[in-house]
Amino acid sequence: MTLPSPSGLPLVEAAGVRKRFGRVEALAGLDLVAPAGQVLALLGPNGAGKTTFVRMLATLLRPDAGTLAVAGIDVARHPERVRRAIGLAGQHAAVEPAMTGRENLTMVARLFGHGRRASREAAGAVLAQLGLTDAADRLVRTYSGGMRRRLDLGASLVGAPRLLLLDEPTTGLDPRSRIELWEAIQALVAGGTDVLLTTQYLEEADRLADRIAIVDRGRLVADGTPGELKARAGRDVVEVHARDGEDVARAADALSRLGEPAVDRATRRVAVPVDAGADRLIEAARALDELDVAVEDIALRRPTLDEVFLALTGAPAEERA
Amino acid sequence: MTAPESSAGVLVTAGQVAARTLRKFARTPQLLVVATVQGVLFLIMFRYVFGGAIETGGVAYVDFVVPGFVVAALLFATTAAGVAEDAAEGLFDRLRSLPVPQLSVLAGRVLADTALTAWTVVTTVAVGVLVGFRVHADPVDALAALGLVLVYGFAFTWVFVAVGLVAGSAQAAQGLSLVFIPFSFVSSAYVPVATMPSPFRQFAEHQPLTPMVDAVRALVLDRPPDGAVVTSLVWSAGLAAVFAALSVVLYRRS
Repeated sequence: MTLPSPSGLPLVEAAGVRKRFGRVEALAGLDLVAPAGQVLALLGPNGAGKTTFVRMLATLLRPDAGTLAVAGIDVARHPERVRRAIGLAGQHAAVEPAMTGRENLTMVARLFGHGRRASREAAGAVLAQLGLTDAADRLVRTYSGGMRRRLDLGASLVGAPRLLLLDEPTTGLDPRSRIELWEAIQALVAGGTDVLLTTQYLEEADRLADRIAIVDRGRLVADGTPGELKARAGRDVVEVHARDGEDVARAADALSRLGEPAVDRATRRVAVPVDAGADRLIEAARALDELDVAVEDIALRRPTLDEVFLALTGAPAEERA
Repeated sequence: MTAPESSAGVLVTAGQVAARTLRKFARTPQLLVVATVQGVLFLIMFRYVFGGAIETGGVAYVDFVVPGFVVAALLFATTAAGVAEDAAEGLFDRLRSLPVPQLSVLAGRVLADTALTAWTVVTTVAVGVLVGFRVHADPVDALAALGLVLVYGFAFTWVFVAVGLVAGSAQAAQGLSLVFIPFSFVSSAYVPVATMPSPFRQFAEHQPLTPMVDAVRALVLDRPPDGAVVTSLVWSAGLAAVFAALSVVLYRRS
């Protein structure tokens, strides 16, 4: 689907990268290799160091220690060459509300060094690619939040970057806009653009990425394909959906015979990681029956990325956020 | 779509950034209207409310105050808030991640704001004429006065860019801009410095706004400027150099 990096070098290569802000160590020796031709998701809670890492790749910050290269170009030594290879869409939609979508993209294309005509053409092509042609000549202040993010994504694309850096691209969007943005990103990837994105959403990483790097407290905790990471957690999960609120506690009691259950009262779900699948499911059913728990549903399933995160970092993602 | 052969140069970059800032102003009428109406209201108040009580040594107060008012208005520019907003909204992150000469990003912003200063000067003088202000000098001196005001505006804009980069948010930038109020009032802009008690007079005589006001006032009233032009230009060059350097450092770290 995508061509390998012409030089054969990894698109991103980080070794022992450190960054400290005052007393806070944002990156504590991050090692990471992202092969070309893939979408890499950097997954972690707030404060994990994801944004710091992206800002370094975008040449906005310098590492205190370690080496960091984009397509073989050292970020600290040749920032101007790195800037030619990347496109950045940060956490804000950095587009000008008092300009039209077309004017915004034409400006960025001009800043990338395109001539007037080439800039207009590049802007038109990107607007079409992102489904914004109809809104192209409206002022951005009339756009919805999702449209602004898509335009911002477009602004990072008009320079035809080798690597697109997306920092929490869907934060703050409503579910429908999020899905539209995901589709836009997937279309870019299908067209051959390499992407490194950060996210707090496991679902987002699972959906968009070929590889996921889990980052916590400035370090790489684990990386691999979504399937590999789930396998690395090494266990199946027995999950019970209790019928009523009162059944939740008794279901937790029953499942505690198999291990340490995780309880979600809001959805009336109790889950427990188990080693050997099917036998334990029968054991669980027996325990539930003994305690007379009314069950909506019971299932044996592969762990979610949330559970993988818990297994790999020792704390659930959302509690750390 | 392919990546272009070479990056944008200094002129293209500054031009694009300046065009963006000017479009933003032109298409956000509240920005222009608020700035202009505020200026007009203050000018009318000084002219009619305070003017009668202020003795300006043989010159009509309106002729005394309009040049001072135009120069002092440079300190009420909205550049700092605009720059802080650009920083907070991620615009500078995007620009710094692009392959462009970075100093020209700030230069573009400063050029646009200096152009807006020209607009403010023209409208203020026009209102001044409506309330009785007259230029007493020949057109060459009047144009020289206008040129000086733009040079001062250029210098102060660098100060405000640095303030905006330090502030981090538009509100904080407006708060920091309060620092400039003493420079505006404790100067020769609205009243003769000689009428102030000693510590205030000392401050007024040794801060940049006073020689700027004195130079412009002398030119439009056709009086000898007594070195004020040179002093004001030295101040402008110093402010521009120091704060442009500071702005670049702050921008790189922002």
